Amino acid sequence: MVSWFSNPGSIRQRLLGFLLVGAAAMAILLYFIVRSVAGQLAQESQDNILTASAYSVVDSTRVRSGELIVDIPYFAFSMLGNLSDERVFYSIRLGGEFLSGYEELPSLENIDGELAFQSAEFLGQDVRIATARRPISLSEGSSVLEVSIAQTRQGLSDTLARISGLAAALGLVFFMVAAVLATLIANTTIRPIDRLTASLSRRGPRDLRPVTTPVPVEMEPLVTSLNGFIGRLKTSLSRSEDFIAEAAHRLRTPLALVRTQADITIRRMERDENRKAMRDMITAIDETSRTAGQLLDHAMVSLRADDLETEKIALPVLVRDTVERMTPTAELKDLDLEIGTLADMSVRGDLILLQSALENVVDNAMKYTPIGGQIVVGVSEGGLGLALIAVSDNGPGFPKPGAEPLTDRFARGTNAEGIVGSGLGLTIAQDVLRVHGGALNLTNTEGGGACVELVLPSV
Amino acid sequence: MRRIGFALCLILFAGQVFALQIEDRAQFGPDDASQSLTIISTADISFISPLIESFVAETQDVSIDYIVASSAELMRALEEEVQPFDIAISSAMDLQVKLANDGRARTHRSDATRALPDWAIWNDMVFAFTQEPAAIVLSRAAFGELPIPENRQQLITTLRNNPEVFRGRVGTYDVRDSGLGYLFATQDARSSETYWRLTEVMGSLDAKLYCCSSDMIDEVVRGELAIAYNVLGSYAEGRSDQSAFTTILPSDFTTVMLRSALIPQSSQNPAYSEQFIDHLLDQSFEGGALRVPENALGTRAQDGVDLRPIELGPALLVYLDRFKNRSFIEEWESAILR
Amino acid sequence: MRFLLIEDHAPLAKAVVDRLSLDGHVVDHASSMADAWDFIATAAYDLILLDIMLPDGDGRDFLSRCRTEAQKTPVIVLTARSEVSDRVSLLDLGADDYMVKPIDFSELEARCRAVLRRRQGEARNTKGIGDLVFDPLAGTLRKDAETIQLRPRELRLFETFANSPGQIFSKAALVDRLFSFDDDVTENAIEVYVGRLRRHLETSSVQITTVRGLGYKLDT
Repeated sequence: MVSWFSNPGSIRQRLLGFLLVGAAAMAILLYFIVRSVAGQLAQESQDNILTASAYSVVDSTRVRSGELIVDIPYFAFSMLGNLSDERVFYSIRLGGEFLSGYEELPSLENIDGELAFQSAEFLGQDVRIATARRPISLSEGSSVLEVSIAQTRQGLSDTLARISGLAAALGLVFFMVAAVLATLIANTTIRPIDRLTASLSRRGPRDLRPVTTPVPVEMEPLVTSLNGFIGRLKTSLSRSEDFIAEAAHRLRTPLALVRTQADITIRRMERDENRKAMRDMITAIDETSRTAGQLLDHAMVSLRADDLETEKIALPVLVRDTVERMTPTAELKDLDLEIGTLADMSVRGDLILLQSALENVVDNAMKYTPIGGQIVVGVSEGGLGLALIAVSDNGPGFPKPGAEPLTDRFARGTNAEGIVGSGLGLTIAQDVLRVHGGALNLTNTEGGGACVELVLPSV
Repeated sequence: MRRIGFALCLILFAGQVFALQIEDRAQFGPDDASQSLTIISTADISFISPLIESFVAETQDVSIDYIVASSAELMRALEEEVQPFDIAISSAMDLQVKLANDGRARTHRSDATRALPDWAIWNDMVFAFTQEPAAIVLSRAAFGELPIPENRQQLITTLRNNPEVFRGRVGTYDVRDSGLGYLFATQDARSSETYWRLTEVMGSLDAKLYCCSSDMIDEVVRGELAIAYNVLGSYAEGRSDQSAFTTILPSDFTTVMLRSALIPQSSQNPAYSEQFIDHLLDQSFEGGALRVPENALGTRAQDGVDLRPIELGPALLVYLDRFKNRSFIEEWESAILR
Repeated sequence: MRFLLIEDHAPLAKAVVDRLSLDGHVVDHASSMADAWDFIATAAYDLILLDIMLPDGDGRDFLSRCRTEAQKTPVIVLTARSEVSDRVSLLDLGADDYMVKPIDFSELEARCRAVLRRRQGEARNTKGIGDLVFDPLAGTLRKDAETIQLRPRELRLFETFANSPGQIFSKAALVDRLFSFDDDVTENAIEVYVGRLRRHLETSSVQITTVRGLGYKLDT
């Protein structure tokens, strides 16, 4: 019981439990009260009739020429037969001496007043005895006349049994009505909690607004705490975002300074070995910066993948934007970054993630395509409700056999010597496609170049 | 039925020195029956035998020892529990109630007892199965031209006006001997003061006192009595020599006795006792009403006669009270014994 | 070109200014947004290079203000924040392009060119060199009715010579300008590009001459 009540469990069940236990207790109480009141009433009515009977016998006595005459009236006993068939016993005593009736009938030893009742057993039966007393004066002096009338309680117990049955039925009906009400009450009480839950679970993953759903007074502290928590979470999230940004900033700014100074310095250097050293330094800085960027991107993919925000994305637009954005970089390497066929396909997905995936794939292609090479990005229909973004180049292609392991984190192709890259690019792309229910296909084209296909379910 | 006739006899029961005054005795059923019931009753054998015969025929395997005794003897036999009896049938309702009240009867519930009207059952112990009015039997010969009285008042007038006709020829129960007589007398006295005036008139005419209804009717038939007061109407109706007398139910009020049966605590064979009671009730009642009153009395009872059935109940104990009994007997004696 | 660099980190700002000056650009430096608006009020710039974190506010506020005040100068954001979400929001706010620090200056130049090409459309500045008309943004050389489209590296090579006619550039210096530092190329690669450029210039008065032992120079 204790563990049940302290069990967190369900509020509804607990509330219902308490209400039902309460209702059951009330029903049982009701049962006992009805029974006891009915029992008292029945007892009283029996006592009343026994009293009337006893007094009618007492009243029938008279003293004629100093001698006691007892003339029990017929109705003294006939009235006792009115309620139910009961066995009747009586005794008439004078100053403790038995005169008539049933001698063995118990008499009260000490009664103060004129009238007394007692319950006793007589002839194997439960009986109720009323005893009336009256002082009487006879020739030999005054004495006390004592008349006891007893009646079995069979009818009484029958009545009680019947009333008990009624009381039990009443209690049961009461309990059932209470149970229905308790269920209603429990549901009504829980409703604000359900409403609050619903309003919270309907929220988008980025929705960190305070809760404004109206709630009962008792739940206000909870909502206040919840809003406080949401506020702190928001602060904490933006703080950690700020922290990462700040860290990046703090790192990248000095790196930028070094990079720039190195850039200037290399211009002024004459000796080849010095230039080589400086060039290596710049390459190292670039690699550091790029790795930091990709690590952040990868972390972001994992973060956003938990609560994917999807929207409808037109793939041609995505491809055009990305290609435009990356063209200057391609030009720098004297690469032709071109847009191929753009089938009018759309997907549902997280724009930022898909952009990141495509950028990484194109970036990867640019890294491995030699000067003067060509990269073509196109959109086509893959059949089976799939859309394809294909990034194909005329570079050396993926090393055989099996291009797949390249997408493992930090894996780099065997031909990656001297190429800046952390190996995270394709891993990021693959992760993004996975959370979108898609896949990354790495193949070599017939001309010898590599082709990376971003496969996504189309809409 | 093999009748073992005794006018008056003493039975010595094995191992006990106890005398039960029995008036009559009969055996019913096969000798080799595996079950037996002993019935003690105040009812004449002729009166009860159809009921017993049908029971024996129905059960096949029960023999019945039927003993007739006075109601006082019956009471004594059961109170002192001298011998186990399986059924007690008596017309002395007060004594039956007292036996039940004192715990000497078993309770019995069955479909038959549940079907009984309220007046016919008390405490699931006493079961009434007849309604028998107390009638006045007149000798046609003795009355001759005299008008037939219809109520007690007319009877008193007739008696007063014709003492020469009725002196020594009026009979009634000796309430000291007969339980039924005492019951009728007390109920009459309770119903009307007329009873005492009638009793005084009968006393002044040297009334003869009897133990039993059949004796009184016999005397009327024989011409010894002109009037028998408080005779069991059912006995009179049952006789073959009805032409000799007229039976009257007094129209001012007619006391009706309920013959009843109970199962004594001492019953050795309660299952069969219960079966017998059920049989008795089945034979006597149909749809909650008595079958019997399909006779002349029953018909006459409908002609404005105030039938007053005696109620089974604790009130019947009143006249059994020592004081009440003594004062009633004293008053009765002073009225009837002139 | 004339740049406005908005950057609060003084040493970096100085380095960037120095570096861009090496390529013959004119750069003004503002260390806060307030300063920047003063510069913009008094001079016209080809491009604004904007750092996102500034002492008197966020660079995004600058972008918003540019938009509301119909300030036309293209903006390239230089950000130390590399998250994709940041970059996207910058473009949404009206930045023409962004670059993540540390900056590859060759890339910066390429992006500047791309931005200006987009922004200026047909009405762009051209430069007469000898009997040629050079359009650095479009990457074309026009002689009479004939137009030659230069490939990116050819363009950068020609531009290097054109910005300093008569100056001798060593092969090493040209490698620095034509290739990223991570392109593993030899100085011989320069000969390939010089050869291509010479073929384009065959009929014109403009010639690339070899200065033996020192490098190349442009003669008009």
